[in-house]
Parts: sequence; C-alpha cells; structure tokens
Amino acid sequence: MADQPQPPKQEGQPGAPEPAADPSSEPSKNESAERREAASPRFGPAGEPVRDVSSKESKRLSRRELLKVAPVIALGAFAVTKWQQPLLNKGYAFSDWAAGELFGRHRLARTFSDNEVAPLARFPYNYYDVLDPDVDLDTWTLTVEGLVQHPGDYKLEQIMAFPKVVQNTRHVCVEGWDVIGNFGGTRASDFLRSIGADLTARYLEAECTDSYYESIDMATILHPQTLFCYEMYGKPLDRGHGAPLRLQMPTKLGYKQAKYLDTIRVTNVLKGGRQGYWEDQGYDWYGGL
Amino acid sequence: MATIANAIEGKHDEPITVSYEHPWVVRFAHWVNAVAVLVMITSGLQCFLAFPSFGPKIPQQNFAVIPPKAITLGGWLGGSLQWHFTFMWFFMGSGLLYVIYQAVSGHWRQVLFMPRDIKGVWPMARHYFFFGKKPPVEAAYNPLQKLAYTSTLFFGVLSTLTGLVLWKPVQFGWLTFLFGGFTLTRVWHFISMCGFVAFIPGHLIMVALHGWNNFYSMITGYKRAPEYID
Repeated sequence: MADQPQPPKQEGQPGAPEPAADPSSEPSKNESAERREAASPRFGPAGEPVRDVSSKESKRLSRRELLKVAPVIALGAFAVTKWQQPLLNKGYAFSDWAAGELFGRHRLARTFSDNEVAPLARFPYNYYDVLDPDVDLDTWTLTVEGLVQHPGDYKLEQIMAFPKVVQNTRHVCVEGWDVIGNFGGTRASDFLRSIGADLTARYLEAECTDSYYESIDMATILHPQTLFCYEMYGKPLDRGHGAPLRLQMPTKLGYKQAKYLDTIRVTNVLKGGRQGYWEDQGYDWYGGL
Repeated sequence: MATIANAIEGKHDEPITVSYEHPWVVRFAHWVNAVAVLVMITSGLQCFLAFPSFGPKIPQQNFAVIPPKAITLGGWLGGSLQWHFTFMWFFMGSGLLYVIYQAVSGHWRQVLFMPRDIKGVWPMARHYFFFGKKPPVEAAYNPLQKLAYTSTLFFGVLSTLTGLVLWKPVQFGWLTFLFGGFTLTRVWHFISMCGFVAFIPGHLIMVALHGWNNFYSMITGYKRAPEYID
C-alpha cells in the first residue's frame, strides 16, 4: 500500500497509509507482493472502488450510507403490539384488492373428467358448528332480500327450474387441502337476473340455517361457474354438504361457499358491517382462487 | 491491522483504506428481504400446521416432520395468512428491486452461477468443509458463493411462482398446470422454503467467520481495510 501512488482526486488526503498486512494470510506474502507490483489495487476484485480516506471522512461516509438503508427499520413497526394488527389488516386488504384486480370475469376454473373426481365418500364434510342444522326440507324456502325487483321466498323447485349446470371442479380449502368434486345447480346469474336483481350492486350476502354467514363480491357471483348448488354426484345435496342449497364457486376458497342457504341479500352495504363468519375472525374477505 | 484499530478508536486522523462493496440498493433489498424471508418461513410453517400433509384430506396422512409451534408466526391459520399475505409484497418487492438493479448495473456477471463455475465448486467446498487448501481468489465471489447466491435467486423465483399458484390457482391456471396441479404445487412451495432454510445457516456461519468488518459492509457499504489490499 505504502508504495502506491496516491490518487489526487481524494480530498483531505494526508498521505500514504500504513501497510495493513494481514497476519493471518501468511502463505500469501509472495503472492501479495506480486500483486502489489502487478496492478494498482484501486479496485477490488469485483471492480469496487477502493480509496484511502481519513478516519473522520470514513465515519462521515458510513453515516451517510447508513441513512440510505435506515428506512428498513420501518419494518420494525410490525413488532409494535399496538400497530401490528392495523398494519396486517392493511397488508391483507392490499392483497384482497390485488386479488380483485387479478380476477378474470370470464376466466374459467379448470374442469375435470369424471374419472378425476374424488369419490363422494372422500369429499370432506367441513362445518363450523353442526354438521346437520336440521333444515326442514319440506317447508324450506330461500328468502331473497335487498336490491331485487322481486323479493320474497322461493321454493327449491323455482330455483331448479333454470338450466342445470353440472361441473367437475376443484374445491380448495384455506387449510391447504383440495378435492375435485361433481356439482350440479343453477347458475347464480340466471336466478338473479330472473328476479330482477341489481347486478351493479357490490355484494351478495348469504345467511345460513346454522347461523353461518358470508358476503361475496358481485363479479364472482356473476361468474359463469358460480352455482346455487342443489346436487352433488348427481344426487340431491345431503344434509352434511348443505342441503338443500349451497353456494358453489370454483373461483373461491371453501369457507366462502356457504351451505344450508336460508337468506340471500343483494346489497351495497354489508349488514352490521359483517363480512363473514371466518372473515370476521381473520380470514381474508375476498378468498378468491 | 493498525488502520482498523485507528478506525475503531477514531482518535487519530490517519488515513484508512476503504472499499465500497455494496451499493445501497443491494443493501436495502438485502435487509428487507432478510426480514421478509424470516416472516414468510415462520408464518408459512404455521399455515402448514393447519394441514400438515401433502396428500388428500381423506384419508389424511400427516407429513413425517411436523414443525414445532415455537418456530411459527401468527398463532393460528388466520393470523399466519395475514403475515404471509402482507410480507409476500416485501419479499417480492425486495427480490424484484435486487434483480432489476443487478440486471441494469451489470453486476449480475459477478454473482450469477455459470457453467464455467462448476469446476471451482468442489475445491471451494473441500476448503470449507474438509480443511482443504484455499483456492486462490480470482473474482468478487468464489464459485461456491455464486452457487449459494444463485440458488437463493432460484428458490426465490420458485417460491414466488408456486406461491402465486397457491394463492390464485384459477387466475394463474397455466402456471398451476405447469407445476403439475394444485396439490403438487404445495410440495414445490415447501421445497423452495427448504432451500432458504438450507441457505441461511451456511450464510450466517460465513458472515460470523468473516467478522464484523465484513458484516458492517452490508450495512454501510464500506469495508475498512479490505482483505485483498495489503
């Protein structure tokens, strides 16, 4: 180092520094001497600039560079108990917004051939409270409320009067498992159009006999694969799977697919600010696939 | 050695040799990514606990290794998903920033593992793990380092793409198909996590071995009295 000519460009350069021989690199003494003669070491092996500065200048440089990466400390806000949940809610809401933007209204979920469908016995019953909320299937009606021209109570036969859509689609649980099932039902958009629902409304709310509740964005409700499902595997829905009517949306996670439908409501404002049973405990509202 | 001591004491205004090792974009991306990877792994393991299997729900056969609760983040599935889907933006953002910077600056040539580096991996590994002779320093990063850093890039891309599939298997239907379906994608996603888990201890050990001065350069960018100047 000492025998290197000092570059004139550096300010406050009092002279050549002491050679900083590394005692740990014993065997490379000859080699380093060669290198010293061979090339000026003003650049490191990666081409990074090397220079001699006063220790004061070195501190100044370090401080300046430290400030540039200091914003990383802002991530520490996630460790502050008071801010943690509000920040996570913001992050989650941002992901939900992105999910809504990614959603293709006409993009179809993959459908599968009959031999790829899991047997009915291997299609899990998932429920939060009771597997069978004792729906009286004989007197059951679907109550329709909100922004519709023809609100009221609809019998299952009235819902089944529309062309039946049968599809083999993947059911994905938020827990991580998935299963391919066979579903049959009425396109939600067919039914909502026929009753004069306001299709520009933001949400469809669903209330279930087991007091489960859900809300779904209208774009998903109008998706061609979104069904008011009354059949699985060619048979009427059994009680465990949500008899007599459930939502079936291959573009949504399982917890959005409300079973044992009792009331649906077309609305722009969620009733009581409630998003859904699981969403109000922390799952994301959009829940799209 | 004397220069380092002076620099630390800061009493004498003797000149010291410094090299500018890491541009601030790289340092910034590194630390954001370090935090994000930690959050993604720990919250991801909590997500995994909700269904610690790679098979069907019925019959459920749990994976041989169940991560202990102590190394997870979020408390339950809902909480861990909030962490995971918040920090994925920091993870992807910092990764993208780094990749763009490397591409634009041309620095990728120093760090990207190339076929010509293959022959240098074994001598370096022998040096580190079996006390072999240290191969001469020829470039900014030795072949083993390049392999390690490039592998994190690979696992970063893999975890991002497989993560997109698990998040939006319908919207990224072609990717889902490419990875062999939803169920199999969970396996790839898990493997990409294992890649990071394999990298981190080695990385930290190397950082510890190379001392404070080297570590400091990932914060301020400057390395005092760099080892290649004598």
